[in-house]
Amino acid sequence: MTAPVNGPLYPRDRLWHPPAYAPGYKTSVTRAPQRALVAAASTLSEETGPAFGRDMLGERDNNLILNFTGKPAIGERVILHGRVRDQSGRPVPGVLLEIWQANAGGRYRHKMDHYLAPLDPNFGGCGRTVTNDEGAYEFLTVRPGAYPWPNGPNDWRPSHIHVSVFGSGFGQRLITQMYFEGDPLIPLCPIVRTIPSQEAIDSLVAPLDMNASIGMDARAYRFDIVLRGRRQTFFENRPEGM
Amino acid sequence: MVQKLDTLRETPSQTAGPYVHIGCVPNFLGNKGIYPADLGLSPVAKGARGEAITITGSVIDGAGMVLRDVMLESWQADAAGLFPSPHEKRGKADPKVSGWCRFAADFESGLFTLKTIKPGRVPHASGKPMAPHIALWIVARGINTGLQTRIYFDDEAKANAECPILARIEHRARVATLLAKRSGKGAYRFDIHLQGEAETVFFDL
Repeated sequence: MTAPVNGPLYPRDRLWHPPAYAPGYKTSVTRAPQRALVAAASTLSEETGPAFGRDMLGERDNNLILNFTGKPAIGERVILHGRVRDQSGRPVPGVLLEIWQANAGGRYRHKMDHYLAPLDPNFGGCGRTVTNDEGAYEFLTVRPGAYPWPNGPNDWRPSHIHVSVFGSGFGQRLITQMYFEGDPLIPLCPIVRTIPSQEAIDSLVAPLDMNASIGMDARAYRFDIVLRGRRQTFFENRPEGM
Repeated sequence: MVQKLDTLRETPSQTAGPYVHIGCVPNFLGNKGIYPADLGLSPVAKGARGEAITITGSVIDGAGMVLRDVMLESWQADAAGLFPSPHEKRGKADPKVSGWCRFAADFESGLFTLKTIKPGRVPHASGKPMAPHIALWIVARGINTGLQTRIYFDDEAKANAECPILARIEHRARVATLLAKRSGKGAYRFDIHLQGEAETVFFDL
């Protein structure tokens, strides 16, 4: 097991993340704070956080094909796997990952989704796991369908899976979305385009990973995740000036 | 030329979207049977030391509309100011305090409720104590990166005046946006305004 690193958090690069106000994504217009964020070094409230063990997981929690009814969901079988590291490259074990997604037809199991594509009676659309000692994780799921959404008159979301990640500190908390290599809808999507740089967008696109694919069964996509780093130095300032 | 730093870039954030409930609170949504219960239903178990409190509020957008698709998470210390975390090196926290709670706004009213205990004071790196506070993280459709804020308490005037994080707020009138207002025994109101005159202070910590 990797020794826990529990120093102060690296500051978040706010120019790398999408800005709060991104008018191409219309809902952000009235939900974006307009004043500057009040910035300071992380404190214990951000440097500590809840811990999750693998013992809370059910056997099928990371198998979205079977975890709703036990009968297989319809769609292209996909293994989603990768590693969680922090910015210094250290694997982060014990990370709770929660994912959710539309079914193969692009429909969510949610009371607010009224898209005409049907629900799959065997697909719930959520899964969770906890990274192992090497920071690795895997899910088995179906590739979600693209779907239209009310923003512009004809906007479509590319196939995507929502990913929620806990680090070792509450200040590392992150929700993002992963996309699939080669999807022509990625560059057209107003939510993708809230991200300022192509380099940052590329870091959310999972490549097809044929080596991890299982013949006659499922193709694999690899999605690595990087959490805010944690400083580790013997030269921290202390009030005594030591 | 210089050596290249091998520091990685953090994975960029994307909005949690309107369907965050599917992944994070499926039972609350009504998608039962996948997980026995949603995670983070309560930050405290029965018998936790400290004053039991209930914080109620809503998140309000720039057009004055209450968000009904918002999800929040809170993280706090126990009544003695200790965190129930493997990283807590100052002592052992109250075993009845898990410290973490996840709660979504009601789909009809937009109200959220956090039942917990009032946390103790936690030291800042400067050695000065921070005022009692609960860290909040807010995600929703239209919020591109989860918003960090804190709930402080309006009946902790002395501690608030000494808090090194509250001291960072240049526009002093805005400190009030972080104060939960006591409305009765153990009851507080805390509304979060995303924009406008009353815009809540959001942090980058």
